Amino acid sequence: MSHHLVIADRLHFRYPDGTPALTGASFRIAHGESVGIVGANGAGKSTLLMHLNGTLLPDSGEVRIGEEPLTPDRIPDVRRRVGMIFQDPDDQLFMPTVRDDVAFGPLNMGLPPGEVEARVTAALRRTGIEELAARPPHRLSGGEKRRAAIASVLAMSPDVLVLDEPSAGLDPHGRRALIGLLREFTHTKIVATHDLDLVLDLCERTIVLDRGTVRADGKTREIFADEPLLASCRLEKPLSMQGHWGRS
Amino acid sequence: MSRIAGAIVHFGALDTLSASGTPLHRLDPRAKVVTTLAFAAAVASFGKYAVLPLLPFALFPVALASAGGVPFGLLGRRLLLALPFVVLVGALNPVLDRMPVSLGPFAVAGGWMSFTSILLRFVLTVSAALVLVAVTGFHEVCAALGRLGVPRPLVTQLLVLHRYLFVLLEEAGRMERARSLRTFGGRGRGLPASGAFLGTLLLRTWGRAERIHFSMLARGFDGVLRFERPLRFGAAAVLFTSGWIALFLAFRLVDVPRLLGSFLAAAAP
Repeated sequence: MSHHLVIADRLHFRYPDGTPALTGASFRIAHGESVGIVGANGAGKSTLLMHLNGTLLPDSGEVRIGEEPLTPDRIPDVRRRVGMIFQDPDDQLFMPTVRDDVAFGPLNMGLPPGEVEARVTAALRRTGIEELAARPPHRLSGGEKRRAAIASVLAMSPDVLVLDEPSAGLDPHGRRALIGLLREFTHTKIVATHDLDLVLDLCERTIVLDRGTVRADGKTREIFADEPLLASCRLEKPLSMQGHWGRS
Repeated sequence: MSRIAGAIVHFGALDTLSASGTPLHRLDPRAKVVTTLAFAAAVASFGKYAVLPLLPFALFPVALASAGGVPFGLLGRRLLLALPFVVLVGALNPVLDRMPVSLGPFAVAGGWMSFTSILLRFVLTVSAALVLVAVTGFHEVCAALGRLGVPRPLVTQLLVLHRYLFVLLEEAGRMERARSLRTFGGRGRGLPASGAFLGTLLLRTWGRAERIHFSMLARGFDGVLRFERPLRFGAAAVLFTSGWIALFLAFRLVDVPRLLGSFLAAAAP
């Protein structure tokens, strides 16, 4: 299904203060793939994600969602199709109650009330937070906030799910539950993180980002076995692959 | 730290109350908002020396607080928080205005009367507003304001302000704790440090606002916060609104304490 393609073609981006954030990043992600984007702090992960839904536009190069380039006039359509889950759920949950927040996207899409209601209920059920619907977001725990943020994006039925550090701030149980939840989403997933174990659990493919460009792109296990590559990108083998105390 | 943490708890208490389910809570929020506005208008409409005619109006906040299960102690503490500002507003009245005003058989300096009147109006209107939030919920009040024709951007601002006040307070709380852990013997407490503290908080707030805006745009925000509440202005709401407004009119037009006084005087041997 070509309309679910996500393509980055030689992206260059420099922040207004002159800091170069992307220096020619390119990749192509097909429908249904689950891809981890890993890299040290400042490698350009978050900047890259913000290019995928038009929050930032590249200085040169282009992003293509489907076959066509992401141009300013396509941004509303792309934002409906590419669901973005931010690093800090507090940034994402701005409505008075969880239910209002989950309904925010569908209402903006102009769906009829019955459809909005159905989508909200389905998203709350899928993320297992039906009983939190009437609660204000500031009264939720970290794990609950994360689920609510995911529900708010799932309610828009995106073709592509983009997550920025989804496991940050979660306890082991919350993290495990999150992995289970994300596994059920069968469309394209793009996960930026430095939780390499999460990538190992969730993504068959990994893209290593280093100083704004793609250093490696391939099978997760192969990339994580390449210690010199990881070290040169200021990363380490995931704990579970470090043999002496891990699973493998 | 404790003060900021206390403020969060303090602030959240009204929210917690608004989640309970008395019949008053279930009433259409528009009825409560309109009635409270009418109440404030009635209280504000009296002359500057009015004290006794204002007293019957206390019935409204007291009745609502009792029906809605709002503890009076909680209201009192919040009133005390705002009291210094009001005292400051009226503090000079007794000094500047020495014209005698008759109070029954006595004559009192006009300044004292107007000062008392300001205090009384403050207590009445602010407690009514607090009770309104406690028996309605802040976002329901906002929804009602939106439906009553208050401009959308204003309603959006109120809602987002309420939502992020908690986040801001938590952020300030964490920063204050980090500072106090590295403050020794009064050093690091003075004005320069406080300036840097507030500056950092402002920058963080700025960054946060930007990220929130991004996340709103990512879900198709186009300037209008769509915020639907199934509201039904039923018979109970009509009765509530018209009943109270009729009573306010009566209190405004008839000087109840004087009437009561003359009744008592007539009954006395």
